Amino acid sequence: MAKIEEMPEGYGGEGFFATSLDKAVGLARANSIWPLPFATSCCGIEFMATMGTNYDLARFGMERLSFSPRQADLLMVMGTIAKKMGPVLRQVYIQMAEPKWVIAVGACASSGGIFDTYSVLQGIDKVIPVDVYVPGCPPRPEQIIDGVMKIQELVKNEPLRRRHSPEYQHLLEKYQIA
Amino acid sequence: MALTNELALARIEQKGAPFIKSSETSYDGMLNVVTTREQIIDFLRFLRDDEQLQCNFLTSLCTVHYPESAGEEFAIVYHLHNWMDNFRLRVKVFLPETDPSIPTATTLWPTANWMERQEFDFFGIQFTGHPNLTRILNVDEMDVFPMRKQYRLEDGTRTDKNDRYFGRDGNYAQTFD
Repeated sequence: MAKIEEMPEGYGGEGFFATSLDKAVGLARANSIWPLPFATSCCGIEFMATMGTNYDLARFGMERLSFSPRQADLLMVMGTIAKKMGPVLRQVYIQMAEPKWVIAVGACASSGGIFDTYSVLQGIDKVIPVDVYVPGCPPRPEQIIDGVMKIQELVKNEPLRRRHSPEYQHLLEKYQIA
Repeated sequence: MALTNELALARIEQKGAPFIKSSETSYDGMLNVVTTREQIIDFLRFLRDDEQLQCNFLTSLCTVHYPESAGEEFAIVYHLHNWMDNFRLRVKVFLPETDPSIPTATTLWPTANWMERQEFDFFGIQFTGHPNLTRILNVDEMDVFPMRKQYRLEDGTRTDKNDRYFGRDGNYAQTFD
């Protein structure tokens, strides 16, 4: 059975429906997110299960994974990021077009996890801003889906002007991303 | 006749006695031979080319840091393998921390190239004559040799790690009821 989105808040009558542009755009974006999987280890394996038929990420409008950052909306970082990988991850993030979101899947991407060592990045939020963190080592596909649905919630409710706001510019400046 | 520790040691003592500083059989039953950095390349070449020893495969090259043994802080360990008799042998050279340099083995085995780069990367061992002695695994900007024991294992930017969960509260004695 097809999943049908609820109608956004608005004013309707016979043959017409009026709502705000924010809500219409948010609805469209939230249900057509193209994820870019950046999978380095076991969390990536869980993600493969999430993509598969049992858990079926496609029902969230994620039928197509984007393996080019240019066309991706959501960067999914899954697995340990070594310090040597940090600049690569940053580059991929910079190459993505606005609006873009980031989800850190698993303990390693979120905080370095069990790798309390000099060679591992202690959380990807040291180099790029993160919207949603999914805990677990590795998280079950259900948890990854929960994180994705949290992202959808963010996308749906994001004001259209957010990416132009001084707060957002300040956030990017903090990470030295122009 | 298959090569044994005794036969190999006898052969080394007969043909290459001046190379040996000391020798022993370690806990795992492997023959360990200690030599000096002046002789290491000639010794390795002898082990490789000798028609009885035929240790012509360099399995591994690694370093151990012993900060407490003055003048012999670094042990460079060569693991050799004779494929004909399936015989293995360790060769060690001890180096002082003040001058951790040793001639490169890339002249004997091209595979030593990356192994020596790794030892340079983690311990700062200078392999003289190496064609490209640069970092291989760590980030190029790193300014320490992280496996030397004076450097902390933990990352300096750790913020939410609790030492207790990593066994680093200084109390390693565990009791289980």
